Amino acid sequence: MNHLLREKAPISDAGWNMLDEEARERLTPALAARKLVDFSGPNGWEYSATNLGRVNRLTAAPSEGVSGLQRRVLPLVEVRADFELSRAELRDGDRGAEDVDLEALDKAAHQIAVAENVAVFHGWKDAITGIVEASPYKQATLGKVTDQYPRPVAGAVEELLCNGISGPYGLALGREQYRRVVETAEHGGYPLLDHLHKILEGPIVWAPGVKGAVVVSLRGGDFLFESGQDLAIGYDSHDGEAVRLYLEQSFSFHVATPEAAVALKA
Amino acid sequence: MGFDQYHEPPDELPPATRTFARLCASLTEEAEAIGWYEQRIAVETDPEALAVMRDAQGEEFKHFAMDLEFLMRRTPAWREIAQGILFQTGDIVEHGEEAEAETFEGDGPGAEGDLGDGSLGIGALRGVAL
Repeated sequence: MNHLLREKAPISDAGWNMLDEEARERLTPALAARKLVDFSGPNGWEYSATNLGRVNRLTAAPSEGVSGLQRRVLPLVEVRADFELSRAELRDGDRGAEDVDLEALDKAAHQIAVAENVAVFHGWKDAITGIVEASPYKQATLGKVTDQYPRPVAGAVEELLCNGISGPYGLALGREQYRRVVETAEHGGYPLLDHLHKILEGPIVWAPGVKGAVVVSLRGGDFLFESGQDLAIGYDSHDGEAVRLYLEQSFSFHVATPEAAVALKA
Repeated sequence: MGFDQYHEPPDELPPATRTFARLCASLTEEAEAIGWYEQRIAVETDPEALAVMRDAQGEEFKHFAMDLEFLMRRTPAWREIAQGILFQTGDIVEHGEEAEAETFEGDGPGAEGDLGDGSLGIGALRGVAL
């Protein structure tokens, strides 16, 4: 049994399969960062830090005639979203019910996906520097007129090219911006989504939690997401009525090339 | 186009299992290619052709190792057994039996009742729509 303590939960094998499948279905569309940055791992729950290849010089030495350096590492963060499910609902699931109430799990899945997106794109105070805060470029504005989105997106691509950052490029769009893009056709009926695809030559991703939009290079090696424990459901406690579970993961994120992304304001 | 790597209806398989099956199929193909090159090299007499085929076989070694590493990262019990067998000197079968016993009878990731690393197996999502 590992740290998730799943075997302690009053949940059948079929119940766990149902919960895991529901979580995957909810998480996969919302995990925008993983669709655009380099992912490595998972390296396990015990994995604690990412190697940066950097050192700090130590001013003091333990004895005469030697000098010392100390390795700098990037510690992993742990993210957890707790939720509670009705045991009666889970028993109905074991009986074959197709409409088991898993709303609390769905909400936790969305929350932890948003947390991952926000951490990667906008950062996490004292823990992670996000793509947007690392980007050195002045942010252009997408504006309210959706069919004019190609101009700032093309401008961002051109700015990346000018700085030697090759494509293809991907576009992370906040919820509101994504909805607008999908529903808009330009003059002549050409879908805006297709026009943006032609500019980017890469994916356009629905990214809940992202403010505005971010154009990133997909050439690789610029944005590094390292997974310790990948997303998993663990067991916390239960009583006669409910079982308390959580979604959890550990990861680090490192911007190796700040110049490889351009943020666009809403 | 064939979909022979699936033994269950693909629509019923979760994405992580489909990816796993693709890499298992790829691992098999790389091992086959290594065997084919070994046979060709054994009978070839032209030194230039031999050099080309040895280089090509080296590529297959790399591909096989990458496929294997991917699969073991997703399968902690497989990884733990492999760690007990690979790159060791001594009796291979003995190491295999010991590694298997330690993994499935001890408190390793494959121990009875354990669910591997317990993760959802989502991993990287490059290339996934939306």
